[in-house]
Amino acid sequence: MTDATAHTPAATKPRSLPKVNSRAVVMTLYLLFLMLPIYWLINMSLKTNAEILGSFSLWPRDLTFANYITILTDEAWYMGYVNSMIYVVMNTVISLAVALPAAYAFSRYNFLGDKHLFFWLLTNRMAPPAVFALPFFQLYSSIGLFDTHIAVALAHCLFNVPLAVWILEGFMRGVPKEIDETAYIDGYGFGRFFVKIFMPLIASGIGVAAFFCFMFSWVELLLSRTLTSVDAKPIAATMTRTVGAAGVDWGVLAAAGVLTIVPGALVIWFVRNYIAKGFALGRV
Amino acid sequence: MQQKTTNQKAWFLVLPVLILVAFSAVIPLMTVVNYSVQDTFGNNQFFWAGLEWFQEMLSDERMWNALQRQLMFSGIILAIEVPLGIFVALNMPKSGFWSSFCLVVMSLPLLIPWNVVGTIWQIFGRVDIGLLGYTLEALGIDYNYTQNTISAWITIIVMDVWHWTSLVALLAFAGLKSIPDAYYQAARIDQANRWKVFRFIELPKMMGVLMIAILLRFMDSFMIYTEPFVVTGGGPGNATTLLSIDLVKMALGQFDLGPAAAFSLMYFLVILLISWVFYTVMVNLDKKGM
Repeated sequence: MTDATAHTPAATKPRSLPKVNSRAVVMTLYLLFLMLPIYWLINMSLKTNAEILGSFSLWPRDLTFANYITILTDEAWYMGYVNSMIYVVMNTVISLAVALPAAYAFSRYNFLGDKHLFFWLLTNRMAPPAVFALPFFQLYSSIGLFDTHIAVALAHCLFNVPLAVWILEGFMRGVPKEIDETAYIDGYGFGRFFVKIFMPLIASGIGVAAFFCFMFSWVELLLSRTLTSVDAKPIAATMTRTVGAAGVDWGVLAAAGVLTIVPGALVIWFVRNYIAKGFALGRV
Repeated sequence: MQQKTTNQKAWFLVLPVLILVAFSAVIPLMTVVNYSVQDTFGNNQFFWAGLEWFQEMLSDERMWNALQRQLMFSGIILAIEVPLGIFVALNMPKSGFWSSFCLVVMSLPLLIPWNVVGTIWQIFGRVDIGLLGYTLEALGIDYNYTQNTISAWITIIVMDVWHWTSLVALLAFAGLKSIPDAYYQAARIDQANRWKVFRFIELPKMMGVLMIAILLRFMDSFMIYTEPFVVTGGGPGNATTLLSIDLVKMALGQFDLGPAAAFSLMYFLVILLISWVFYTVMVNLDKKGM
């Protein structure tokens, strides 16, 4: 065994070495292309406005955290983050709560119209938010929910519920049916079985679905901006505030942008192996 | 694949989803249908207008121009992102720390709020303070995305490539990873060259995920709104006014309910139709066991 492992690298080295290099070059170039604009945003967020507009530099000469301090101490700014967080969490909870039983039904049973229903759910993911902006605005205004967190949370269910159902169904299909049957024979009722036995089994699936609901609700702007004015204004809409009488406050705008990237960047390591599955609605 | 049992009571489990989605999708959609066949002179008085708005929109150049720009945009970004995504996936490390590292860095643009993506490129492309704009200017290239149509188009296309190529790459990578080693060993025994391995092993095995990637990219690029709106605002002139931007202008800006509603419905139908074709192909590929 040790003999074989010692010999193989030597035998393949001359031919595979240039290949490894070209791969590394391609990946480095691509990752560089991805990181440059983000680096530029971070770079700008650490500069003063005078430096941004006055001189061109690849890194902050005059390092300052004033832009971040502005955001974290001004209520008009940080409430934007709080509002976004509130409706995003609400949406994630609602989406998962309704999607869990539905995904179970789709993964375990045949019933009248199941395939049509499944595709119809997907069509909601295909609906352009621009089409729904005006009717949502009127619907939520007429029932007195305009400018509340719950209105945005419900509106985002439009694309997040189908997403959650599809992802969860993908995970649930992987759980053998014998487990359900054994539990029922052991005298578990459906509710107790589902919460006590089934949900722990697909814990990673629930985590991934939650991550993606969170993410898609977090990145959306059109609907959340249309449905709010003051009390539930999301951070994405608050960012337009930087355009003032004295021109754009680039430093604060950049800092606000950097802070919106943070939540995704913090948890992405944990879901890295499921990223493709999540973006493809559980179909990989 | 496990056998499913028939059980009509499963409907009760689906019911919450049905009610919620009906509330957040069917009711608004019916409002749109309602507006599309009526005319209003304010005061909440509505008159039956039949298919007038549809006829008006269909003969209106504005919609056709927006549709043309939209098709061009979606076509160009698909033509760039799909091959580039496959190429990147083929070059990704297969396992170990660097594989995870690439996955994480590549996912980063996917998780940035869409208006921030717009803001990033708005800043990046500016000739006075942005790295890209400044460099191009220093090289003597005439580049200004707020005034020059070509520059504006290049900016929003590069932005979309930056934003979404990783999605195609991640899906293609997931497809590649599912190919058993035995396939490659067989190819080595047959002395297949790199191109043949790609053409006859990797590409067919990736077909399923690639269809999903193309479907997703088509759908999302067809309803793109926030990113180009932040960068160019639809300008210069109407040069980058894509369908969604035009629709929001019409519905929320000018409050032309009837035409906007007719526009919405046709817009949605086009997406549904094309997506349905993709979906059918996808399901058929699934059945063939790919």
